[in-house]
Amino acid sequence: MSIDMSQFHQVFFEECFEGLEAMESGLLTLDVGDVDSEVINTIFRAAHSIKGGSGTFGFTVVAEYTHIMETLLDEMRDGRRQVTQPAVNVLLGSVDCLREMLASIQNEQDVDEVSVAQHKAALEAVLNGVVSEVVVPVAAPKAINEAPKVQVAAAEVTVQEDDDAGEQGWKISFCPYLDLLKTGNDPVRLFRELNELGELTAIVNAQDVPKFYELDPEECNLSWDLKLIGNVSSDEIKEIFSWVEGDCELEIQPIAKPKVIKPGPVVEAVQVDVEIDEPIQVAVAEPENTPKPALDTKKDTEAESSKTAVKASSSIRVDTEKIDALINMVGEVVITQSMLGLVGENFTMDKVGQLKRGLAQLERHTRDLQQSVMNIRMLPISFVFSRFPRLVHDISSKLNKKITLKLVGENTEVDKAVVELINDPLVHLIRNSLDHGIEMPEERIAAGKPETGTIELKAYHRGGHIVIEIIDDGRGLNKDKLLAKALEKGLIDENIQLTEKQIYELIFMPGFSTAEQLTDISGRGVGMDVVRRNIQSLGGNIEIISELGKGTTIAIHLPLTLAILDGQSVAVGDEIYIVPLVSIVESINITEKMLNKVAGKGETFRLRGEYLPIIRMRGIFNVQSNNKPKTSEGVIVVVEGQGALCGFLVDELLGQQQVVIKSLEANYRRVEGVSGATILGDGSVALILDVPGLVRLSVR
Amino acid sequence: MAQESPNKESEQSNYNKSLGNAVQYLSFALGNEEYGVDILRVQEIRSWEPVSRIPNVPSYEKGVVNLRGAIVPIIDLRERFNFSRVEYTPLTVVVVLQAGDGNKTRIMGVVVDSVSDVINVDKTEIQSAPDFGTKVSNEFINGLVSVNERMVMLLDVDKLLKLEDLGSDEN
Repeated sequence: MSIDMSQFHQVFFEECFEGLEAMESGLLTLDVGDVDSEVINTIFRAAHSIKGGSGTFGFTVVAEYTHIMETLLDEMRDGRRQVTQPAVNVLLGSVDCLREMLASIQNEQDVDEVSVAQHKAALEAVLNGVVSEVVVPVAAPKAINEAPKVQVAAAEVTVQEDDDAGEQGWKISFCPYLDLLKTGNDPVRLFRELNELGELTAIVNAQDVPKFYELDPEECNLSWDLKLIGNVSSDEIKEIFSWVEGDCELEIQPIAKPKVIKPGPVVEAVQVDVEIDEPIQVAVAEPENTPKPALDTKKDTEAESSKTAVKASSSIRVDTEKIDALINMVGEVVITQSMLGLVGENFTMDKVGQLKRGLAQLERHTRDLQQSVMNIRMLPISFVFSRFPRLVHDISSKLNKKITLKLVGENTEVDKAVVELINDPLVHLIRNSLDHGIEMPEERIAAGKPETGTIELKAYHRGGHIVIEIIDDGRGLNKDKLLAKALEKGLIDENIQLTEKQIYELIFMPGFSTAEQLTDISGRGVGMDVVRRNIQSLGGNIEIISELGKGTTIAIHLPLTLAILDGQSVAVGDEIYIVPLVSIVESINITEKMLNKVAGKGETFRLRGEYLPIIRMRGIFNVQSNNKPKTSEGVIVVVEGQGALCGFLVDELLGQQQVVIKSLEANYRRVEGVSGATILGDGSVALILDVPGLVRLSVR
Repeated sequence: MAQESPNKESEQSNYNKSLGNAVQYLSFALGNEEYGVDILRVQEIRSWEPVSRIPNVPSYEKGVVNLRGAIVPIIDLRERFNFSRVEYTPLTVVVVLQAGDGNKTRIMGVVVDSVSDVINVDKTEIQSAPDFGTKVSNEFINGLVSVNERMVMLLDVDKLLKLEDLGSDEN
């Protein structure tokens, strides 16, 4: 009888979050003046399936909440209600609220009831037509904190006025005594009658049903939570229940009336329910909670939602086409294998040609197979991009700027792991563009630019890399200002002539900010260095092109996958190490006399007038080998790590190849200076160097 | 037939009796001493093959090998227990063990002199280890058991392999 529903929870949450995304993008495209009914339909459908799903899984809080949204959307859909910007904003706020609710349920935390109640009140206010009074939760969550009671009270008043013509309906808690059935009453009959009045949803609480062998069939151990939607007066409902009066505990509440401010007697009634019904307990907790200053800033919300994002995407949806392609490839490999088996069975020299052909085929198939498998991990970058219209919408209205966001190349595919990790850096960069890049409308007009600024988010593939560009047509970076600021902070030396590129690089230095004024959006000077570090940890790099007055382009280059890496193998003694190709700047042969000792400890070497520190790989890895003990000659691999150049002294360069990254930590542990391992063609293991880690290690 | 059947029955009942308490251990030799590990923890036994050295780790952590695509660390148990080092020969074996820490299992190879036997041990016969004069500290040893007059020290695989984590803190 009892199916373990929790096994479907993951899917449910994923679907919900997808639905919320659909609602969000729908709401954002919704043009208030000219409403596309198809868009509203999409939003409505998403809300409807979330409601249905959460009802099925017993997340009544979500179901009830979505129901109100649905009612509102339904009216908009039928044209009974005008689509207004405040209403859309409230709906957007509700999407946030739902997302939080679902996230807390998913993480098995308590739902933030205060915030839910606020959003609910706002929704209901819209529903009841008091739009002008509504404080939009997105814009100012605090304002609502200050005046929740007033608002709710207003809602209550409206409800009572609407009692007879109320569209919202009723919530009925029906909890029969054990001997209800003995009096000849049948709950089903009651429900049938209720159903005639309006749309009835019944949720049964079966917790109190005893074990089967203790069950007395004449006792009624069930209780119900009913929801009646429709134009019904409370008297009509009471009439239906008049037969069972005295045989049950009955509580009838209008749905629109939040329980928060229910006066004493009702709270008592609810508390009786608490023993039976847990979902209600959740709701009852509200009166005890004085409205606390929930959600101080939007940041909290975002931190939370990004956390959930990582958690929720632990499974992956794969296009069936991709799986079919994979299965085809596996079939091919099996055929080739059996063919090779036949060749090998009675091998004679005249079969060499056949063998070679077979091996060539096998090689091709293996490569294709590898590609197909990699393809499964590839997701379109739209998974990340789709969040930005909302971000731009919110921030630009907050800053009073007019900004349109253009998305290009959303279907560019990239590894799932990259998708997960690129989100935060991108959010940061876009916030920067919004805040610092794009000017205020007046300023733009004065500069002869269109009033509305444009931010373009562009993704495309280039040579095994994905490039993500953030292009704004704002004010651009001011080189002189950057230089002055850097000098003031003592980050650079006055006498050094910096190239244009190097000047732009300054903004990646920790603690660097030219913003005149700190906003909660950006300007604290932490961030850009973190952005760069994150992108480098993904094996990518970031560059800036800017023209004063015209705009800024920030380009991020990322590897398509984190599972494969282009590496340079180097020999140190008898050992082979892999240096990631992305971090190598150049490699040069050197002789002993090119090295200079500094204070008898460190070593440097001169590269085109610049002195670079040297790390001897033999020394730092304690390589003991009699083989080629020549410290006099070797190869310097110039690498970039931690933003600075540095030379690794190795014995020999071996070759470049693509290597599959294997974790050392799976069975072993983290080793300093090593980011992972790979298996070479001969089956032996080679370590992949962690360039920034090695630089750190050498400093100690 | 008639004579055999009671015999068989008693064997059977002996077997059944011991089933509840019986544990099988794989025994191996380190120098003159004999050790045992729970056979259910043994994934496979391999011959020694060259490893890729890991820099800056204790010397008993010999390095890592490629075990069918997984990177598996190899530990020299002689060095781990402070025995004198010996040259590896073709007879040197690597016992690949599974250790579960938490919900994750990890595999690790240990180098031993030679694998001896699979021994059946009755749980009730396992004695707790006194603080005796071997070079192995007591913490790895679950208990002692004597098999054919020989003493076998039963090792706690989890503790043995978990110590690697402590090692990383030292670095």
